[in-house]
Amino acid sequence: MANWSALTEVQTMRNLFKIAVRNLMRYKRRTLLTASLITIGVVFVLVFISVSGSFKNMMIGQITDSMIGHMQVHRKGYVASIENLPLNLNLKAGAIARLEDILDKQPELEAYSPRIKFGGMFSNFVETANIRLNGVYPDKELKSVPLLASRVTEGKKVLGKGEIWIPELLAKGMKVKVGDTVVVVATNKDGSVNGKQFIVSGVLESATGPGGRDGYIHIEDAMEVLRMDGKEISEFAIRLKDFGKLNSFNEKLSGLLSKELNQQGKPIFELHTWEKLSPFYNIARMIDVMTFFIKLMLIAIVLISIMNVMIMAVYERIREIGTIAAIGTLPGKILNMFLIEGLCLGVVGAVLGSIVGSALIFILNASKVTFNFGQQKGLILHANIYPYDIIVISATVIIVSVIASLQPAFKASRMEPIKALRHV
Amino acid sequence: MGLIVAEDVTKDYRMGDVAVKALKKITFSLAPGAFTAFIGPSGSGKTTLLNLIGCLDKPSAGRLTVADVDVSSLDRKQSAIFRGKNIGFIFQDFNLIPVLTVYENVEYPLLMVQNIPAPEREKRVTALLEAVGMLEQKGKYPDQISGGQKQRVAVARALVTNPKLVLADEPTANLDHKTAYLVIELMKKMRAEFKTTFIFSTHDQKVVSEAETIFTLEDGELVGTHGGANNA
Repeated sequence: MANWSALTEVQTMRNLFKIAVRNLMRYKRRTLLTASLITIGVVFVLVFISVSGSFKNMMIGQITDSMIGHMQVHRKGYVASIENLPLNLNLKAGAIARLEDILDKQPELEAYSPRIKFGGMFSNFVETANIRLNGVYPDKELKSVPLLASRVTEGKKVLGKGEIWIPELLAKGMKVKVGDTVVVVATNKDGSVNGKQFIVSGVLESATGPGGRDGYIHIEDAMEVLRMDGKEISEFAIRLKDFGKLNSFNEKLSGLLSKELNQQGKPIFELHTWEKLSPFYNIARMIDVMTFFIKLMLIAIVLISIMNVMIMAVYERIREIGTIAAIGTLPGKILNMFLIEGLCLGVVGAVLGSIVGSALIFILNASKVTFNFGQQKGLILHANIYPYDIIVISATVIIVSVIASLQPAFKASRMEPIKALRHV
Repeated sequence: MGLIVAEDVTKDYRMGDVAVKALKKITFSLAPGAFTAFIGPSGSGKTTLLNLIGCLDKPSAGRLTVADVDVSSLDRKQSAIFRGKNIGFIFQDFNLIPVLTVYENVEYPLLMVQNIPAPEREKRVTALLEAVGMLEQKGKYPDQISGGQKQRVAVARALVTNPKLVLADEPTANLDHKTAYLVIELMKKMRAEFKTTFIFSTHDQKVVSEAETIFTLEDGELVGTHGGANNA
């Protein structure tokens, strides 16, 4: 008996779907138009998400993989004065050893690179300009920011002692070429000035636009210019094996570093992800906000179009509603009948939109569309759409379709049969 | 005890600012199995009375019981359940569901209202379609059959749930005389076969002559009775 009852319930539901689908097919043109509108909305959102996501990822990749790294560790208070490149806030040997001990034990790390950062004067013996220099271990630096080498447009992609990579801006402005001898002059933390000659071994294009003034030298050369007695480090750039685990690793490392205290019992280190260190994070956020508003537009399109269709459907079928109510159909089933119509429209729009959107993204990738970012020219667009995005967008469309059908469906289910039967 | 017992049933409603007394203290009773016509001019209250008997509306005053249930005591959901179980409807405009075939229209109340299992549904629908001569048309949609055929399907749909009572509001109004007569004959045949009470309203004198009991309404009052009914 229970089996019969369950089976009959299934048949009832199937019948509701059958009636809903046939009613949609009854007004083919209207159904087609509404489904097309939803489809176009889904396609637009999927393509926008994939393209903007691709651009965002490309931008983040350029920033993190060629300059900043995924995250950085400094001495506490350094980042607040980072524009001054304060040498008196460098990490000392004891702190460096403690930090390296912690970092070496983290399986999530791909690599890290200690840097000495300082400002100095750059001279070609004719003209002088200011420069911001990064003293690095070249092998560690290239593991931590692997796209750095690709920014070397002229000269060697390997940095040796006594050599300097200079920014394109200075190279062009001061007519300095690869192989030229230049002088770097810097003030150390005691206030004394020192200079050293370097051979230009590479010219770097900027990752972020025409304003880049960063040059690279070997860390031992930096120590010599700054007359450092012992090892000092301004920052550690860190690269993770999996960028997706940035936040979780940030929490983990923050926890570990917070236990490292100085003699006054205050934290020695501060840890920042790329988001806190680069203004480009705001652009990434803007892309996210735009994506959110595009999704809102899709919801509005679905909501208005489905609600419009369902209001029309209820109005046109008032006598039918009266008939089925008169012969004993419960209000809940009448409600379901119209909700299922909205659901079917949403499902068709979501499925078609997902298929067409995915196909368009495939075509975009096959077409190898290029774009420029900063000084980077001809970057190929890799528009990715993840199953998660398709599922979330499709589910949103379907849920909104049902919500949009609620009001007309409620109206139908609460209609007095006697009034509905009298409707002309 | 009658299947339908009306005691001083009154129905008032408002049409704009005007109060209309559609039924004025109607009293009668009908036994099970009756084949009854309500006649009278337009606006006499026939449809209003049928709506009250069919639990589609409630009396303003008086007491109306159908199958021993006071229709005023039923809420919206209870009314729907009561109608689905006890009452079949035949409408002037046939009111078949356009997206369902002839077979599916007749099956609808069994599946969507009474939750009858599939084998039983098939048995009953087939038997009724055969009885009304529409079995061969079972796969057609309402817009593919004639008015008379539609009303035969409507008769089958009204009877398929084995209701105690079938209400037919002007069932022959949209049919020619010959077809109207055939539909009334069909209703009589079905009454004989299924022992169902038939109540219908009509203007058509030829159709009226087929009724066993006739109530005449004028201006909301019961002014005459012919046949075996009890008009108190």
